[in-house]
Amino acid sequence: MENEPVGTAVRVRGLVKRYGTKTAVDGLDLDVRTGTVTAVLGPNGAGKTTTIETCEGYRRQDAGTVRVLGLDPVADAAALRPRVGVMLQSGGVYSGARADEMLRHMAKLHAHPLDVDALIERLGLGSCGRTAYRRLSGGQQQRLSLAMAVVGRPELVFLDEPTAGLDPQARRATWDLVRELRADGVTVVLTTHFMQEAEELADDVAIVDAGRVAAQGSPEQLCRGGAENTLRFAGRPGLDLGSLLKALPDGTEAAEPLPGSYRITGTVDPQLLATVTSWCAQHGVMPDRISVERHTLEDVFLELTGKELRS
Amino acid sequence: MSAGTHSPAPGAAPVGRMIAAQTALETRMLLRNGEQLLLTVIIPSLLLVLFSTVDVVDTGEGKAVDFLAPGVLALAVMSTAFTGQAIATGFERRYGVLKRLGASPLPRWALMTAKTLSVLVTEVLQIALLTGIALALGWSPQGGPLAVLLLLVLGTAAFSGLGLLMAGTLRAEATLAAANLVFLLLLVGGGVIVPLEKFGAAGDVLALLPVSALSDGLRDVLQGGAGMPWADALILAVWAVLGLGAAARFFRWE
Repeated sequence: MENEPVGTAVRVRGLVKRYGTKTAVDGLDLDVRTGTVTAVLGPNGAGKTTTIETCEGYRRQDAGTVRVLGLDPVADAAALRPRVGVMLQSGGVYSGARADEMLRHMAKLHAHPLDVDALIERLGLGSCGRTAYRRLSGGQQQRLSLAMAVVGRPELVFLDEPTAGLDPQARRATWDLVRELRADGVTVVLTTHFMQEAEELADDVAIVDAGRVAAQGSPEQLCRGGAENTLRFAGRPGLDLGSLLKALPDGTEAAEPLPGSYRITGTVDPQLLATVTSWCAQHGVMPDRISVERHTLEDVFLELTGKELRS
Repeated sequence: MSAGTHSPAPGAAPVGRMIAAQTALETRMLLRNGEQLLLTVIIPSLLLVLFSTVDVVDTGEGKAVDFLAPGVLALAVMSTAFTGQAIATGFERRYGVLKRLGASPLPRWALMTAKTLSVLVTEVLQIALLTGIALALGWSPQGGPLAVLLLLVLGTAAFSGLGLLMAGTLRAEATLAAANLVFLLLLVGGGVIVPLEKFGAAGDVLALLPVSALSDGLRDVLQGGAGMPWADALILAVWAVLGLGAAARFFRWE
């Protein structure tokens, strides 16, 4: 490893990739710490797959540097391939092959593969039986592709949209496997456009928009940083909000969007909650249905990019 | 699966084991595919039986099967090394199989080696079957096995190069259509069943096609008892160099 910070599995700096006149990735920086799960989150067309496939050695960047396990994905491909597991967004299997047949084949290409029968059992692929790949359901194809990525016991896996098109049960099974990988010391990089997936699984989230990383950090950091929270309560209509605001810190806002329904926006901390309730007590108001709304990754995403994640 | 199951233990299998596994898989995929079997087994067998027993084409002096068997062997090589390999590889490219294998520990050269071995295994099965049928029809082959072997290897190399060139540059559907069309055209115009003399002056040009060179060379040895047909071997060698060279240069993996 040449001048790599200890514990960095993937380091991308200033990555640029163009297809003709279209710039798919436009100066992207990404760090993946060894042993963590990193979610690359963004809408379709944000440049997620291009970034991942550059790390996998499928594409050569137009500018910038990419280091995977300290190596160059293209120049050092032969050394990297056994160490890195890959799950493509789709395909990758002979249309006439059976699930167990393809998985056993992938296992044979590795020196110390997982027990194939146990992996088939673990991912519920036994139900595929003797069915050819092209006749498997989308969910079965996805799980086979995931199994192929992990069967060689890699140090690092890239999962491109691992749960796209899965039903909730299959999605949870995939999440469990990702957690097991992490627990066993495997570094995981996954792309997703499901907010909940990033929140549930990721130590780090990189929000990608228009070919750049708009923000990177833990879900908690991202939700805290810059995002304001909301306190809602119900009470008698027509309260004197000017009087309430005088009691609250500068920068806090108060509104009554519907008669008797109040919304306070600002840094919602215990102090603010106490101030609001004591103001209500002074004015003989019973604040009903008090709720504090934390900002979700979805809100953060909207603030950073001005876009809805799910289109 | 218990804790520690996934603890990293990366490593490639020994390359010999990888090639053996890949060859076995490729061969199984080929033998499992009905359309491929039609092309590689059923059509050559039917042509051999039909034209040996029914006198539709004038095959010149001697028994029809003595003329037809070498041509059908050439057709069998073409059906596997060119048509079958082009279609299979074209769809592997289309469905991301080549892409996915590209991220596995299997080196590209090992994948191509396995594909070639799988073609050779299939050809051995084809030749065994067709030879059996031809002998049953009264075929009396002449000549030496070494010349036959060399011609078959050169023919396989020539057809493989052309098949891979097609699979690696055209869309899968275009490869499917074109490979079948070329198979049909060469079946008729490549001296497989119809002697090239029937085409008049055009026959001299058609004689330069790889399937013509292979069927003519095999016929010189197996029917005429000739030694090594160097002219035909040279034609095949030129096709092999051009085809494999162009495939290596232009093949796109995705």
